Amino acid sequence: MRPILSMSTGLPAALVALAAAAALALPAAAQAPAPSKATPELIAAAKAEGKVSFYTSIEIKLAERLGKAFEAKYPGIKVQVERSGAERNFQRIMQEYGSNIRNADVIESSDAAHVLVWKRNGWLAPFVPEDVAKWPADQRDPDGTFAANRATLSVGGYNTKQLKPEEAPKSFADMVDAKWQGKIVKAHPGYSGTIMTATFQIAETLGWGYLEKLGKQKVMQVQSATDPPKKLASGERQVMADGVEYLMITMKKDGAPVEIIYPSEGTPLVAGMGAVLKAAPNPNAARLFAIFLFSQEGQQIACTEGGLRSFHPGVVEPGDRVPFAKIKTMKADPVAQEKAIEATKAKYTQYFGT
Amino acid sequence: MTTALPEAQIERPAARTGAPAPAPRLPDMTRPVLVMLAIVLCVLVLLPIGWLVAYAFVGADGKPTLANFVRLASDPAFSRPLLTSLRIAISVALLACAVSLPLAWLVARSDMPMRRTVRALVTASFVTPPFLGAIAWEILAAPNSGVLNQWARALLGLKPFDQVLNIYTAEGVTFVITLYAMPYAFVLVTNALERIPAELEQASAILGGSAWRTLRRVTIPLVAPALLAGGLVAFLQAMTLFGSPAILALPAGFHVHTTKIWSLFQYPPAPHLAAAAALPLLALTVGLLVLQRRLLGRRGYTVIGDKSGAARTVSLGRWRWAALAYATVMVTLPVLLPYGALLKTALVPTVADALSLETLTFKHVRFVFLEFSQTRHALWNTVLLGLLTATLGTLLALVVAYITGRKLVAGHQVLGFLATAPVAIPGIVLGVGLFLAYTRPPVVLYGTLWILLLAFLTIELPAGYQQMRAAFSGLHPELEEASRILGATRLGTLRRITAPLLRTSVVAAWCFIFIGTIRELSAAIMLSTANTKIISVVIYDLNESGDLGAISVLGLTLLLVTFTVVILVNRLTGLGRKVLAAS
Repeated sequence: MRPILSMSTGLPAALVALAAAAALALPAAAQAPAPSKATPELIAAAKAEGKVSFYTSIEIKLAERLGKAFEAKYPGIKVQVERSGAERNFQRIMQEYGSNIRNADVIESSDAAHVLVWKRNGWLAPFVPEDVAKWPADQRDPDGTFAANRATLSVGGYNTKQLKPEEAPKSFADMVDAKWQGKIVKAHPGYSGTIMTATFQIAETLGWGYLEKLGKQKVMQVQSATDPPKKLASGERQVMADGVEYLMITMKKDGAPVEIIYPSEGTPLVAGMGAVLKAAPNPNAARLFAIFLFSQEGQQIACTEGGLRSFHPGVVEPGDRVPFAKIKTMKADPVAQEKAIEATKAKYTQYFGT
Repeated sequence: MTTALPEAQIERPAARTGAPAPAPRLPDMTRPVLVMLAIVLCVLVLLPIGWLVAYAFVGADGKPTLANFVRLASDPAFSRPLLTSLRIAISVALLACAVSLPLAWLVARSDMPMRRTVRALVTASFVTPPFLGAIAWEILAAPNSGVLNQWARALLGLKPFDQVLNIYTAEGVTFVITLYAMPYAFVLVTNALERIPAELEQASAILGGSAWRTLRRVTIPLVAPALLAGGLVAFLQAMTLFGSPAILALPAGFHVHTTKIWSLFQYPPAPHLAAAAALPLLALTVGLLVLQRRLLGRRGYTVIGDKSGAARTVSLGRWRWAALAYATVMVTLPVLLPYGALLKTALVPTVADALSLETLTFKHVRFVFLEFSQTRHALWNTVLLGLLTATLGTLLALVVAYITGRKLVAGHQVLGFLATAPVAIPGIVLGVGLFLAYTRPPVVLYGTLWILLLAFLTIELPAGYQQMRAAFSGLHPELEEASRILGATRLGTLRRITAPLLRTSVVAAWCFIFIGTIRELSAAIMLSTANTKIISVVIYDLNESGDLGAISVLGLTLLLVTFTVVILVNRLTGLGRKVLAAS
């Protein structure tokens, strides 16, 4: 076991750029509020509310696991998990807020551009959970409205029953080889925030020409970034062009025949941002849940059981994982990404048909 | 409201002998009820369509424009999905007719063994939500991991990755939609076949017509209207279905019309374009319904005389077993195989595992019922909405069908049209229309179960109305007239005379609507929010992330609930299997 993502291991430059860009894009505002603890008063008030709704794009079993851990720690508060792809959650929240519906208490999205929009709309509560004070400064909003509750890598992968390690592609460039035609699965940026972010980074790094070639590979197109690992494990496809690393890690641990590929050109890095909504119907339970989500306990569960990467300096990662610092990641730029949403979708549809 | 007559006499008007005792009359509530009804129909149907039209002719800047339509016609990203949908829908209609005509004939008119079982199983395929069928067929016929492909490879000695079936193709989508659109044509044709009086066919036989000639010249022309109607329903289903193509066409890399409309609501949403995209579909459907009426109207198809005894059955002789084999295939594909696949997937760790004692697991069952926070309230919402929609919808359909069937008021055709019109509106588009209509003051319903109830009522009204309309046309008005002459009000007559006589049809319509509500996904996906989730939406969300084990458990639970309710309702109303068979 060794700590990951502490400043000493050297954070990928991309992460720094990501948060710095996010910070720069926002108008200078008041300082973040002081970090909040789970005080007995807060716990009592949260219990009086009795429930909290958590809109997330984390894979459903892990999201429910986090909810159950919270329920066990604070009996009497039910967690309602609303799991959907980040892009669909975004659409949902926009529709709900457009109609003055305030269902969501805590929200997290794998598309960092989303929190920028919500913050600009004034929907996010300035609230800093206790542990977020320990976060690297570049992984939290200086105004204290959001912070990265997880880092997800969009990795490649292959089925180990069907391919030997030496046969598997090593890079994005390998995946457009004709021999993989009809053998690749990938997720869709219209549904998944992870894939939206990854698509943007890939297009920036490798150019759209690469995605145009990939589009001719007769890929199997699924929606969520949590689906390709499952299709890979079932043997439906041999190679995964994109999908979440954390599920690959847990599935591998459970004995599924899958192996991760960190492409040589770099791996898209996706920071999932969590926030408490200003108009949360259960404001106290929302804050208590956010404190738990960013706590060492919550982050450790997500890491150990869920395979996620964490920014919490106290989280120790099982030793069998490739250390984060050793992975070459792509450059993140949520501000540019938000501006390019429509163009990215249009180009993608042109090359992949949907 | 009450009638002026003692109950026993009303119940059995034929047995009445003496003159009615004079009794005080209550004011006839017919007119206020009619006005109310017209308002309800207008709110249900015209409001969302009105919003659609209003949106279609307006640009994102709020100014009137035709730019939406220009873009739809000129951009292949829109015209291609529409053509794909048309191609699929035409294939589905032809296929559904081609396979259901022989099956209906075998069930209704031959001595094929196990006819009743076959009929019940086809009914089961009607109960199956098409999106669930599509997911089950993914499990069965995904090109590499599909169970059927694995069997075929083992059987034929093929190499891994040799594909026999590929469900992720336009043909696959067509096939799966046909499976669950076929029961409509089957039921319509079966009922028509049973209504043909034996005399007509006997006459043909006596006049020297061979069995084949009788079939061709007498039987088929008599069921042609039903077949045409069945084909039309299948066409419309295929054109407006969202779930199956959303599940199968995305992996295949193409859009159909409905999934394209849905994609227009992704951020940033383009509701104006979506509204415009819906209107050609509306026009097409209205055109088809008018055409159907013209075609049937010109040829008199009324069967004269009463239904006389059992319809003629034809002895198949040695062909009985061939017939049974055909029927077996036709119930295996939509019911037995998919249910089997779901059951297996529910009980093994991952979809690729084979079912054995070692792999048997209840982790998906445990997840769905103990860990998944959506299950309980989504199940409750689903059942509640199903019961409410079925009850209110049947009531509404009954009254509208009564008015149009008996031509009670001037303009009754308009009521009939309003009750039929929603058939032309894809659920997803209706969802959009309702969303536009009820997310602004004075009535904000978005985020409540009410908006889903409105959506389901509107969507299911045509089915209920057609059912009740058909029932009324088979009911002689003399009995009602007798009641009216004896002093009962219209509504009193409807309640005391007509409704009991229509009991079978009423229960059938109720079941129709209940099942339809449970199956609904396309409007629900637009309108449900975190607190108003229903099972179909939960299943769709789970499919997004490929959680097939949980989907299987939830899907089977949904089927179980549906069958239980339908059977209970039939038991409670004392109709037993009759309605089940008829629906």
